[in-house]
Amino acid sequence: MSYLKPKFHHPSLKPNKVGFIKSDYEGVISTLCAGCGHDSISGAIIQACYETSIEPHKLAKLSGIGCSSKTPTYFLSNSHGFNSVHGRMPSITTGANMANKDLIYLGVSGDGDTAAIGMGQFVHAIRRNLNMVYIVMNNGCYGLTKGQDSATADFGSISKAGSSNPYPGIDLCGLALELNATFVGRSFSGDKTQLVPMIKAAMAHPGFAFLDVISPCVTFNNNKGSTRSYSHVRAHIEETSLFDFVPHQDEITVDYDEGTVTKLELFDGSSIHLSKLAPEWDPTDRFSAVNRLHAAKSKGNVLTGLYYIDVESEDLHVKINTVDKPLNKLTQEELCPGQSQLDVINDSFR
Amino acid sequence: MEKVTVVNDLVIRFSNVNGTGSASANEMFAKSIFRMGIPVTPKNIFPSNIQGLPTWYEIRVSEKGYLGRRAGIDILVGVNPQVLERDIDSVRSGGYFIYDSSKKLHDSYIRKDINYIGIPMIKLSMANYERARIQQLFKNIIYVGAVATLIDMEIDVIKEVIADQFKNKPKLIPANYQALELGINYIKENYSYPLQFQLKRIDKNDDAILIDGNTACGLGAIYAGATVMAWYPITPSTSIASSFEKYCKKLRVDPETGKNKYAFIQAEDELAAIGMVIGATWNGARAFTSTSGPGVSLMNEFIGLSYFAEIPVVLINVERGGPSTGMPTRTQQADIISSAYASHGDTKHPCLYPSTPAECFDLTVAAFDLADRLQTLVMVISDLDLGMNNHMSKPLKWDDDKKYDLGKVLSADELEELESKGEKFGRYLDVDGDAIPNRTIPGTHPSLGSYFTRGTSHDEYAKYSELGEVYLKNVDRLAQKWETAKTIMPKPEFYQEGNRGNIGMIFFGTTTYAAVEAMDKMSDKGIIIDSMRVTAFPFGKEVEDFVNYYDQLIVVEQNRDAQFRSLLILELDINPKKIKSVLNYDGIPITAHQIVVGIEKQILVNAQLN
Ligand SMILES: Cc1ncc(C[n+]2csc(CCOP(=O)(O)OP(=O)(O)O)c2C)c(N)n1
Ligand code: SF4
Ligand SMILES: [Mg+2]
Repeated sequence: MSYLKPKFHHPSLKPNKVGFIKSDYEGVISTLCAGCGHDSISGAIIQACYETSIEPHKLAKLSGIGCSSKTPTYFLSNSHGFNSVHGRMPSITTGANMANKDLIYLGVSGDGDTAAIGMGQFVHAIRRNLNMVYIVMNNGCYGLTKGQDSATADFGSISKAGSSNPYPGIDLCGLALELNATFVGRSFSGDKTQLVPMIKAAMAHPGFAFLDVISPCVTFNNNKGSTRSYSHVRAHIEETSLFDFVPHQDEITVDYDEGTVTKLELFDGSSIHLSKLAPEWDPTDRFSAVNRLHAAKSKGNVLTGLYYIDVESEDLHVKINTVDKPLNKLTQEELCPGQSQLDVINDSFR
Repeated sequence: MEKVTVVNDLVIRFSNVNGTGSASANEMFAKSIFRMGIPVTPKNIFPSNIQGLPTWYEIRVSEKGYLGRRAGIDILVGVNPQVLERDIDSVRSGGYFIYDSSKKLHDSYIRKDINYIGIPMIKLSMANYERARIQQLFKNIIYVGAVATLIDMEIDVIKEVIADQFKNKPKLIPANYQALELGINYIKENYSYPLQFQLKRIDKNDDAILIDGNTACGLGAIYAGATVMAWYPITPSTSIASSFEKYCKKLRVDPETGKNKYAFIQAEDELAAIGMVIGATWNGARAFTSTSGPGVSLMNEFIGLSYFAEIPVVLINVERGGPSTGMPTRTQQADIISSAYASHGDTKHPCLYPSTPAECFDLTVAAFDLADRLQTLVMVISDLDLGMNNHMSKPLKWDDDKKYDLGKVLSADELEELESKGEKFGRYLDVDGDAIPNRTIPGTHPSLGSYFTRGTSHDEYAKYSELGEVYLKNVDRLAQKWETAKTIMPKPEFYQEGNRGNIGMIFFGTTTYAAVEAMDKMSDKGIIIDSMRVTAFPFGKEVEDFVNYYDQLIVVEQNRDAQFRSLLILELDINPKKIKSVLNYDGIPITAHQIVVGIEKQILVNAQLN
């Protein structure tokens, strides 16, 4: 089948390997507050998809409800999108993924959407190792309902109204590690250099790839005393390593110093390159990742970068042994056993 | 007392302790009657418990072919010491109480007007088998042999059923035969037999099958091409999932690769279950879930999303006794309103009401076509009685020429054709006047046909909008789609040629069994009542014509609040004064007798009013 190629080429932009220019990956104009971290993450998603030459129709974007969950309209207009109900993006994604294993599923959620109302679905998507990218745009508050503390807000963080959060925050990366998620990392909306390759790697990972992205809410949680403000995060960031992603088609052009670079091969032939690793941390050792996280937290720091990856990850389809052909492509002939089989079944009830 | 022989008309009840293996013995007993060609209706009256509480298994035998319950227990086999008194009380005058005489029955349990037959069941079992569990199991087979002899059943048929039951464990067959003989011989040696209640082969069952509705629903989903099932365990719907999985393992495994042409997901709760179904159908697979009242309550938010975003969903709701956790192992038809109008805002959903296992199969298949065609959620509303009890049913039938109706799904070529004509794909655009728009499946085309699905207000191109006129256009189209639905829903069933009297009876689902019998009883009394069995909501023209024709309507249903009556009044603008109810809601299936008494009362009231 031949497809019509998009015709709105901007001469100044170079088409990628599948013939799309960067603006083909954009969405409608954002209606979020100017300076909202979520918009930067949308930008990183656009860049990652453009650079890895993803065909837009081979990706589906899904979300729950919240400012964060609105973002899928602001990127990838040529992809199907689904803005579902509050906290239930994981179940929609699970069903979609069961129907068609050949698409990339990019789920976007907020810290309220995931760590409160949607906690149940979040942990079970991890448990099943659903093949998806799960991005939490984490601002420590409920943006869309005007700034209430969320369940990820740090203990003692000061709200815009001046109150101190009396509850310990739920660390979603810590939780994901505990639940055996096969890809766990944290990033910062203000650090595209790190975030873009991390999104690329997450998309290449065959299983549940979790990215908790700290994403300041300029309107409700960017005040002094808030641990999710731009200035606080910038002052306390600590990276597990420098992160780079090399897609399988690309030749490695950069010269890496063998001694300081760890290379992790992914299932599809692409690879992750990590440099300047903290000595006590091994990204393929869950236990060391947990320790590394706790070490940073005890210093009041925000640990970003890849925490953990299981390079042998087997996703839900492997676990339940589905056929190679996507289920939504199976025809009536392949699915319906016909009257002859029903005769046999009827007989077994006589 | 003179005893008149009664052939093939009997109610026998087994009273057991849950978890003692009695269910399988009792089922074999019922199946043997079925194989003698005699119409039979078994009903399991069981507790919400795994072991230890009382459980009853009631079998009605009716030569005339009546498959509803009948009150009045002719023979009670009471092997549960916890409820002896209640069991003895429940036997009808002149009936029989058969008990385990290993322990003497206390004098206070003796009623003058019934007959007692003691069989030392556990003693016989202990004398012949060693392990306690085995003694327990064979005790059940001993009473099967004894009762079969008392009512003159064909022992060879029972042996055949036992052999079938254990065909994968043939070693167990001789031991079961031995236990059967123990019971037979004990009766032969100690009592005169048969009793006046007797069974005689009549070969009346033709090609019927004895099957539960849930098994049929599971099979229906497989035949309809469902590839994704997501569910969460809840009585009485769980066995739909078991059936789907069991038959998928037989029918849906690719022989070459050994891989599955289905995804079977036990979700973390019902919210996730329906979310998965919505995700799967949005993405072009046929998918379904099954649950019961509490699960439907949890699913409500997603049900609204499927309505508003127009995503096909098949939901099978096997009703149980409500409200709240209610009576989880008893039957009711009490989710009529909460299903029809589930979720907040202006919502309504097509519902199908099967009344037999064959119809569970057919209407499950129909639900998939209707959901895809109408792009909305369709509920199949069954109940515990239909879902979990075996029923004599027409065999399941599939038309090999039938093609799935997947509705208006645009292919890549169709999208390009639209584009070449200069037309734009609008996900919520009514292109041909039936108010059903086109849809596209993710992955179809790199640059055409993508759209954004949302539960927020949207325009014809799926763009967010809170403008009043945009909202109105959309929800009014949904109302128009509802009118389209009315023309394609399954038709009601009528039981007379043309309209005769001035009273019309309306019923649906499992009430049908008793209603059909009640019609005969009433015509024996010279009461003319016309009947209609409703199979679907929204109500089409046939239902509307029927309700408009009669001066008086009587709706028979199994809930306290006359929900179906309300639904008819709401949707068809019926004068509430002319529509009366006969209700049954104690959790046990309604009987013909209840219906006749109820209707006579209504007619009387009406006569007095006139
Ligand atoms: C069932 C339900 N309850 C409550 C809401 C209201 N609500 C909308 S967004 C939101 C919180 C969103 O917070 P978060 O996920 O952190 O997203 P953010 O806006 O901060 O990006 C809530 C409570 C809703 N939409 N649905
Ligand atoms: S309220 Fe906060 S989270 Fe929402 S758009 Fe504004 S800055 Fe972003
Ligand atoms: Mg938030």
